[in-house]
Amino acid sequence: MLRDAALVAGKDLRIELRSKVALNQVVPFAAAVLILFGLALGPDRKILAPASAGLFWVATLLSAILAVQRSYAIESADAARDGLRLSGLDPAGIFLGKAAAITAELLVLETGLAVGVVLLYGAHLAGGLVLLATCVVATIGLAAVGTLYGVVASGLRSRETLLPLLFLPIVAPVLLAATKAWKAALAGTPTHALGWLDLLVVFAVLYLAIGTVAYGSLLEDG
Amino acid sequence: MSSPTTVLQPTGAGIGPPQIDRPSPVIRAVGAAAIVGTAVTVWLGLWVTPPDEFMGEQVRLLYMHPPVAWISFLAFGVAACSSALYLWPRTRSRRFDRLAGASAEVGVVFTGLTLASGSIWGRATWGQWWTWDPLLTTTALLFVLYLGYLALRRVPGEFDACARRSAIAALVAFVDVPIVYFSVTWWRSLHQAPSVLNPTTGKTYVHGSMLWTMLLGFVSLTLAYVWLLGHRYRLARFQEIEDSEGLEVALAERRAEAVIA
Repeated sequence: MLRDAALVAGKDLRIELRSKVALNQVVPFAAAVLILFGLALGPDRKILAPASAGLFWVATLLSAILAVQRSYAIESADAARDGLRLSGLDPAGIFLGKAAAITAELLVLETGLAVGVVLLYGAHLAGGLVLLATCVVATIGLAAVGTLYGVVASGLRSRETLLPLLFLPIVAPVLLAATKAWKAALAGTPTHALGWLDLLVVFAVLYLAIGTVAYGSLLEDG
Repeated sequence: MSSPTTVLQPTGAGIGPPQIDRPSPVIRAVGAAAIVGTAVTVWLGLWVTPPDEFMGEQVRLLYMHPPVAWISFLAFGVAACSSALYLWPRTRSRRFDRLAGASAEVGVVFTGLTLASGSIWGRATWGQWWTWDPLLTTTALLFVLYLGYLALRRVPGEFDACARRSAIAALVAFVDVPIVYFSVTWWRSLHQAPSVLNPTTGKTYVHGSMLWTMLLGFVSLTLAYVWLLGHRYRLARFQEIEDSEGLEVALAERRAEAVIA
């Protein structure tokens, strides 16, 4: 299963490295979102800096939708999805591999976003380890839900509108917990983040488990 | 209920409206009981019970708002259970898919009513339409979660595939509910002490005729839920029959016309 996951993750990441769609479209999209938040909340850094944790995670959530859509767009071309089904790979492995690839892409994006909130909003990054741990765990949770709903929505005619509607309410706890954990770390009280980190771990494990079990039958239906 | 094949048939030479069976007596009895119960609740709630010592006339929302909220949680619980039963190979049956869809749809209506009545109550007692109270926030997220589920159900496709992805989506959404509630509660408790204006504290003052009226509200609205569920389930069954047999009926009608001509 893990070998299959590594294969699928490697394939997805190689496609992204070569096609650079994520780099050319998702990263600029995230940057645009950051700038728009700045415009919406005004130039006052006294407002922007405290809000930067929340804005960072909202930007990540919105970009995650694009990353998931991209991840399934590459399967829809040239009947790649049928190829995936015929490949004999373990469906759970395919799920974990796609989730891992989305996690990796989003983590790169979050690095850029973190630089963005420092430069644009004047946030002071503190408690680096907690910030990093939050990013990793929260992103795994986002990727797990995204991969699961991505396969539900892919192949449907209204997938572009359906995916955000399904995805965003489910990941509301991730937004909440990750924002609180970041706020605690930025405020110099990283111990307050630990409870929220636990919540993120529970969320990620739960949806990874559901995805591992359910992915096979969802992939067959497409 | 009669078997699906006898429900929708071409009548006579295939011309004229199809015959549709009537709802079962149980459903009609439940409906009648729900109407009577709700009417009595309204009468007791608006005229018989006294105004509350602290909340005044606003307490009358107590007979309606908690029962409505209870139905939305019950409906989503039923939807999750029937989805699980559909996914379990031994109990897989189209019945559970219909039941899940019907229950979720009724649940969304009641969640909307919960939010509306809660907002009105909040405006009257707290002075604002909305507060980021854990229960309110969870209910609002639940509302959009299940709107997404219903949107997914409405996407056309092969029956088994639709039913399976809907069932999985229902369970994925249901698993999220405790996490949402827990995180939102925690989020608020870190910000401020539990509010004394929490609507549940109103229950401390419930006694006598008020208690009975509220209990009757719970019973009547539960009956109303069962009634609506029964009708929505029936409708779902007719839609399935229409999908599978509608074309044949239409073809038979056209052929009959051709023969006459």
